[in-house]
Amino acid sequence: MSVAFFACAAFAQGSAVDEIAKYRAALQDGNPAELWEARGEALWSAPRGPKNVSLERCDLGLGPGVVKGAYAQLPKYFADADRVQDLETRIVWCMVTLQGFSDADAKKGPFGGPDRKSDIEAFVAYVTAASRGVKMNVSLAAPQEQEMYRLGEKMFYFRGGTHDFACATCHGEDGKRIRLQDLPNLSSVEGARKAYTTWPAYRVSQGELRSFQWRLNDCFRQQRFPELVFTSDASIALTMFLARNANGAAFDAPAIKR
Amino acid sequence: MPDPMKIRATVVGDSTEVKVIMSHEMETGQRKDAQGKVVPAWFIQSVTATYGGKTVLSAQWGPAIAKNPFLAFRFKGGAKGEKVQIAWVDSRGEKRSDEAAIG
Repeated sequence: MSVAFFACAAFAQGSAVDEIAKYRAALQDGNPAELWEARGEALWSAPRGPKNVSLERCDLGLGPGVVKGAYAQLPKYFADADRVQDLETRIVWCMVTLQGFSDADAKKGPFGGPDRKSDIEAFVAYVTAASRGVKMNVSLAAPQEQEMYRLGEKMFYFRGGTHDFACATCHGEDGKRIRLQDLPNLSSVEGARKAYTTWPAYRVSQGELRSFQWRLNDCFRQQRFPELVFTSDASIALTMFLARNANGAAFDAPAIKR
Repeated sequence: MPDPMKIRATVVGDSTEVKVIMSHEMETGQRKDAQGKVVPAWFIQSVTATYGGKTVLSAQWGPAIAKNPFLAFRFKGGAKGEKVQIAWVDSRGEKRSDEAAIG
């Protein structure tokens, strides 16, 4: 009896979810994320900054200049920076060390808007696109990486803010949704894989390509948490937790979302 | 200089299918900024596709077209390796023209 009822409820919700899936499939063909990828690729090889050099010697973890597959093994511990870094943090680090930008200049405009384009988001589009189809392979070999993962896990289940929300409040069970959007259950392997491998994404409703840093930043805003500082250890820890949980799944972004 | 377009063109049967993504704000003139001032209209007004010196598509667009628009169309004929040109002009008079080889 209870089984029959559950199946029925799942079907009723399925129809709206199916329609959204159809909408996404229809958009997939002409994903404007490609415009960001093209801009990022051009910016990557352009000499910029006070030292007037390109980012082509930037080491994203697979050696200087290797972009292909680099995103699938991030975040990771970098000995030269003595820190666990995600992609955005590493790009900022390269802009500072290779190109001579000040830390503040490199972090300027992490997220684009109607009248300002973000270079970081263009870099993110370019680098992540070069990992499409590559299996997620985030290491926990270094003690620093293990610590970041543990910190991220703790944050995921930590309740706080005016609404007493944790990430897990909305993302800890199957079948939760916000309005008509189904929310991934990030505490399950399948959910984490599906969600993590489809970010960054072009958000049609915003007309922008959004990075994973943006995704976390906006989750914090929706939770009424204090603003998540761009490239902070807190943001890297959560990314580490989710990226590691997605290990084994083929990366499939930049994607397109409503 | 506006950002480049992404153009893909493939032979399908006796026609060529062209898919284009353009980078443009496509402001409607209806939106207000954070200060409450109207953001002036700014959109692609005309799009032209040419193949072998002939116009195969000509369109007049308005503010109802989405930001970063996607355009797909087919025209009769077209051979592999030949080029398709796409050009647009917006309401400020800015122009962009790109081409792609048919694959």
